[in-house]
Amino acid sequence: MKLLTHNMLTSHVKGVTKGYPLLIKATAVKVNEVEFNPQFVSRMIPKLEWGVLVQAADWLGQREDLPAELVSDYEKNDDFLKKVHRVLLEVEVIEGCLQCPESGREFPISKGIPNMLLNEDEV
Amino acid sequence: MKLKELESCLQQVDTFEEPKILLEQYPTSPHIAACMLYTIQSTFDDIEGKLVADLGCGCGVLSIGAAMLDAGLCVGFDIDDDALDIFRRNAEEFEITNLDLVQCDLCCLEAEAYAKKFDTVIMNPPFGTKHNQGMDMKFLQAALTMAKTAVYSLHKTSTRDHIQKKANDWGVKMEVIAELRYDLPASYKFHKKKSVDIQVDFLRFSKT
Repeated sequence: MKLLTHNMLTSHVKGVTKGYPLLIKATAVKVNEVEFNPQFVSRMIPKLEWGVLVQAADWLGQREDLPAELVSDYEKNDDFLKKVHRVLLEVEVIEGCLQCPESGREFPISKGIPNMLLNEDEV
Repeated sequence: MKLKELESCLQQVDTFEEPKILLEQYPTSPHIAACMLYTIQSTFDDIEGKLVADLGCGCGVLSIGAAMLDAGLCVGFDIDDDALDIFRRNAEEFEITNLDLVQCDLCCLEAEAYAKKFDTVIMNPPFGTKHNQGMDMKFLQAALTMAKTAVYSLHKTSTRDHIQKKANDWGVKMEVIAELRYDLPASYKFHKKKSVDIQVDFLRFSKT
């Protein structure tokens, strides 16, 4: 699971009103090289929950010097875009789980794939 | 990448070992997948550098093709862990890294949470026959919620009028890009003939 995907995932356990952001508990993290596309990263940034991305990178020990506040004029700042590219697309959670912030329900991540399936009584 | 090249790459993608009837796991042929993706990119510019979702991705032929055509990221969604496992192995074999996977049930997915997060949604949904009536429309509804620009999907030609009516109700524009003959190999025991050709529409839904 990449952090761009994590940035969009929500818990929908029955009765939960605020299932976002999901807490990440990782036991295995990997960094896979992905081709850098500055236009794509610039286009994703305004759609992101920036604080959630920074926090997620922090949980995984992958934040490095990613700033807490989004910098201005990032479209022209390749250095900054590369850092965002790395945490968005290259850092991956391989094993661990995601936890719903409200219900505490855990969603396992195995071989890089988060399992968001709910039991019948949770729908 | 040329169309022929894409198609021959997609021929290397492994598909279902034991397709599940209830999930209507018919593989998308490499030929159809390549033609779809090539058209989506060359005619509409909806893959390269885009955030793409593949609903009911199965073993991943559409996602892998989209990744090869330089999608920024393609996220595959499926309910079935066997299919996702094959998908993951395919991605590893191709050494493709602009892909991600999520296991979830698209029928009870609250698509609102993903509203307009994706630029493009591609899918070959269950046709909604047999035990699955209406499944195709559930997928389509989720796809239309998740996509900002366009949804590309395959549907039985016999359902075209019904889908057109729904598209009108939902305020989206529907175009028939191509009529295909979908060669359905006899994947299941209830298919008596070796293979059946069914008429399928390749549809594009755009949001205005």
